[in-house]
Amino acid sequence: MIELYPFIIEAIQIVIVLLFAPLFVGWVRMLKCWFQGRTSAGLFQPYRGILKLFHKDVILAENASWLFRFTPYLVFGVTVLAGGIIPIISLTLPFATVADVIAIVALFAIVRFFTALAGMDIGTAFGGMGSSREMMIGSLAEPAMLMAIFTVSLISQTTSLSNMADVVIHKEFILRPSMAFALLAFVLISLAETGRIPVDNPATHLELTMIHEAMILEYSGRHLALIEWAGMIKLFLFTTIGIASFFPWGISTSVNLINISAGIIFLILKMGFLGIGLILIETGLAKMRIFRVPEFLGSAFLLSTLGMLSYFILE
Amino acid sequence: MNLSPLIVTYLSLFLIAFTIALVPLFAKHQKILIYVSFPLMSIASAIAVVAGIWSVAIDTPESVTLSIGLPDLPFHLRLDPLSGFFLTTIGLLSFFVSIYSTGYCKGYAGKRSVTHLVIFYSLFIAGMFLVVLSDDAFFFLISWELMAIASYFLVMFEDELIENRRAAFLYLVVAHIGALAILLSFGVLAGATGLESFSGYTFDAMRQTEFPLKWATVAFLLAFFGFSAKAGVIPLHVWLPEAHPAAPSNVSALMSGVMLKTAIYGIIRVTFDLIRVFPLWWGAMVLILGLITAIMGILYAIMQNDIKRMLAYSSVENIGVILIGIGLAIIFTSFHIPVLAALSLTAVFYHSINHAMFKGLLFMGAGALLHATHKKNMDEMGGLIHYMPWTSTLFLIGSISISALPPFNGFISEWLLFQAFLLSPSLNSPLLNLLIPMGAALLALTAALVAACFVKAFGITFLGHWRGHHHPPLQKMGLEVNWPMRIGMILPALMCLILGILPAMVIEWMDKISDELVGGKIATTAGAFGWLWLTPVAHERASYSGAIVFLWIIVVVMLVYILLHIRKTAIHRVPLWDCGFEKITPRMQYNAASFSMPIRRIFGFLFNIREQVRLSTSTISPSFPNRLYYRLRIRDRFWGWIYRPISESSYWISRKFGRLQQGYIHVYLIYSFITIIILLIFAR
Amino acid sequence: MSINLAAQVNSIMAALILLTSFGLLVQRRMYGLLHLFAWQGLFLSISTAIVGYVSGSHHLYISSILTLALKVILIPYILHFLMKQLHIHKEVEQLVNVPTIMLIGIALVIFSYYLTAPIRELSTLVTRSTLAVALATVMLGLLMMITRRHAVTQIIGFLALENGLFFAATSATYGMPLVVELGVALDILIAAFIFGIFFFQIRTTFDSLDVEQMTKLKEED
Repeated sequence: MIELYPFIIEAIQIVIVLLFAPLFVGWVRMLKCWFQGRTSAGLFQPYRGILKLFHKDVILAENASWLFRFTPYLVFGVTVLAGGIIPIISLTLPFATVADVIAIVALFAIVRFFTALAGMDIGTAFGGMGSSREMMIGSLAEPAMLMAIFTVSLISQTTSLSNMADVVIHKEFILRPSMAFALLAFVLISLAETGRIPVDNPATHLELTMIHEAMILEYSGRHLALIEWAGMIKLFLFTTIGIASFFPWGISTSVNLINISAGIIFLILKMGFLGIGLILIETGLAKMRIFRVPEFLGSAFLLSTLGMLSYFILE
Repeated sequence: MNLSPLIVTYLSLFLIAFTIALVPLFAKHQKILIYVSFPLMSIASAIAVVAGIWSVAIDTPESVTLSIGLPDLPFHLRLDPLSGFFLTTIGLLSFFVSIYSTGYCKGYAGKRSVTHLVIFYSLFIAGMFLVVLSDDAFFFLISWELMAIASYFLVMFEDELIENRRAAFLYLVVAHIGALAILLSFGVLAGATGLESFSGYTFDAMRQTEFPLKWATVAFLLAFFGFSAKAGVIPLHVWLPEAHPAAPSNVSALMSGVMLKTAIYGIIRVTFDLIRVFPLWWGAMVLILGLITAIMGILYAIMQNDIKRMLAYSSVENIGVILIGIGLAIIFTSFHIPVLAALSLTAVFYHSINHAMFKGLLFMGAGALLHATHKKNMDEMGGLIHYMPWTSTLFLIGSISISALPPFNGFISEWLLFQAFLLSPSLNSPLLNLLIPMGAALLALTAALVAACFVKAFGITFLGHWRGHHHPPLQKMGLEVNWPMRIGMILPALMCLILGILPAMVIEWMDKISDELVGGKIATTAGAFGWLWLTPVAHERASYSGAIVFLWIIVVVMLVYILLHIRKTAIHRVPLWDCGFEKITPRMQYNAASFSMPIRRIFGFLFNIREQVRLSTSTISPSFPNRLYYRLRIRDRFWGWIYRPISESSYWISRKFGRLQQGYIHVYLIYSFITIIILLIFAR
Repeated sequence: MSINLAAQVNSIMAALILLTSFGLLVQRRMYGLLHLFAWQGLFLSISTAIVGYVSGSHHLYISSILTLALKVILIPYILHFLMKQLHIHKEVEQLVNVPTIMLIGIALVIFSYYLTAPIRELSTLVTRSTLAVALATVMLGLLMMITRRHAVTQIIGFLALENGLFFAATSATYGMPLVVELGVALDILIAAFIFGIFFFQIRTTFDSLDVEQMTKLKEED
């Protein structure tokens, strides 16, 4: 029974990832409506959207290849795998050892790689445009992301997310400028990686500005549902990576059921606050021109580098 | 006589010699020649692989002195784990490529004679085997030259094209400047052994000598320069993107996949085995050159539209990644941290074999494209995933592997390198602690750009619609390549997967090499968690399991697929949505130049780019131009910075010397006379 | 507040000062620059007060208050007034190659870390680690003066450089004697006034505050 216990928690976590991700998106959209003085469609609208898409027939372009049809499943599978590795409710996950944080970044790179290919498969100008821009943003965001993570892992002497969180929870609390810088950089990169304003606008289909939407423009039915769901999970996972590396307090360190439920409650609270933070950024900023994005990501890189420098200089 | 790895190696070499001897018999029957010689070569290579794996596994160096050779200078052969590892890598790829060649060279049958191709191909492989086996400076250089000359003739194979001849000449020049530097380096080392006559030329004598730092530095710099010229380290890379695409694709696969590795072997052999002195700045120099090579190589690759040139530049990038590992290993050794040096060296070896596999696969894929469409320009291809299902899937596997995406093999070596970078703060030097993680960021940038590059390569070539002016040259099913070519590509693709999901086993096998070179082991920790997990330093520090990632992806994809197909929902195939614009054509797709435009705009200052846009305006309104001409030319800045001045100054010097040529016999007699007088004065 | 916590807060302040220096380096808008400069002054003043608390030298409190009054309120106000008068408060300066400037900035930080390493080894003060940041701030101020073309931004660069010097003094030796500090503060204030007068002069002569115009002043041959 003891052997089985961590696996049950793992299963609970995956269910939480699958279910909470649309909820978080619903919360963010609701807040956005309130901030902009509109009436919202409710917290559960993303569920309805996904369900509706699952019931629809698939419309496929004539020249879509197997790659185009395979990509949604792969994207979904890889994203859920990342959801099983990141410590969200508990640090003692059996899957936590499968991949460290570098590998998690690489898992998201798989998602990007295949989405970009699928965007090019149909052969429209939109798809190619989206893929080209996405790869540009991705190739600048990835080094900045790894720099930010390296800064955190320098402090905790590990690259495994669970152990990083463990070190932060159990060590004496110290005000660290390096962590602050890394956090700032991480926020900027997460905005870019999850396609939020000011880098990309998830709510637009305006041809000149869209990036992620341009790649998945040709998807429909269950394929679109899987891609959208995976996108929601990705947003959720980036926030949980942020939580695990910067504010892990509250994540359960044992397999005790009370701790786990406390962990879930903490998670809900943190996500609630982070949603507000995200919306403050999104409503406060305007989407920037595509060729301003390198500067944006450059400043993210600068921040994470400053974080690393201040680790060595000041600590 | 007991069977031992070295004897198995002899068997392989004899088989190659036998193949070459057979060639004249079949010169008249080209098809039979292809069907006999390439399978024989693949068997010979497979035997070499067995010998290599075996010799690494038993970890007892075998050496032998051959009675052939120059008078007083017998040849020495030695098979230790380091040579065994490179023997395995070279043998593995030449095994695959030889199978592939059986199918590929059929394309030449009837068009041109392949007799030369077969002979030089066999000599080329034999040369590479002998380079890693040789144990004295002379035999090493002879094998090195054999390899260089054979590959020169292979680059020249399609010699009716002027650019091929030019590429081959450039290759020959750079290869010989490199060989000269290596010769001088061995000379310095042999001189420093202090032994009489020629006995200092054996590697064994060098191994037993403690070199003074001054001579060691001279030898290291010369050897590094020489091997860099062969490996294509920036700024000595210019020959590589010319020569590799010019050769037939099976040869390009070998040149990029394993010939560059012989240079890596040379650097490791000279630095870690022969010289064994590790000043910090050598490591720093190698590391910085590696970083520059990696980042510039991949940026150049992204700019290319020719698929083989792109792959050649990508090889430059991979050599950079390998050099980064070597640089880190030297730095760690200079600080006496053998475990971390072993970690970096393991990453080096892993990346060497990885690169051999996926670059071989990708070049073979490019060869398949060339075979089927007779095109090299990506902008004239497109939509081939429908015509060439096998080739496209295999090329995709190669692209995923080279882009360092799990669960394939490229990720393992980059991950090990990242771990090595992250452990650098244990060095006892604050400044290095600060600087080395910056290198990790550059490596991350490289890895991400590789992904962008191969999304472009795969997407433009295989996806979308046919981009060329005329419709696909052949009917729908006629494009896919023949079975030998497919098998030759399937096997390296499988290797990519196996190396990606079973790293702990592979590392355990190759751990003795780094133990012998830097005195550190990582296998005890790397496999401590079981064969499923790779834990290079300690499992609480970092762990990765490629097998579980792979299984999980398969299981979840199948599960979701089945769940979504319980209820029948139809798939309607409809024409492409054209946004209401009715005249959508394949020419409106993104092409190679437009795909790389954002990256070109960011990093454009590193290149010599000339863009020309010209509108021919119509009479109605200037806002509606009739036609738009766009020309883009991207040049290597190093050509103008380094090579042009050198070639121009050498022309200048030769013009000056040309004045000595008068054409009068009296004048030449005066020259000889003056020379004799001067020599007599000195010899007095 | 324990000494340990004070040291941590101080290093956070140092990090923020470094961040504002980088912000000044790449900020294009005039008002943005002014705000960043005021923030830097504020962090400097907090840091000075903390160092005063840690070292128990009370004259640092006075310098802290002086910094607050002068660099957070008075000088930004004067500059603000000038910008209004000169109608440049909405101007956006052209900056060439921001990434390169950032990379040079990072290199300067590493360089100053390298330079101050021996001092850090010898010093026993709590604030010894911030010395590198102080030196970096000086260098970044200088870099800003080099890369900018506008007279007002150059002045802000100069003032940021002075902030760095002040910070270096507090972190290396727990501050200069009060008399010196008062004198320097007065100098800065007077400098600000003189700059103001100069701005008007430059403006009337060249009809612009772009210092590249001054190339016209050289003698033609």
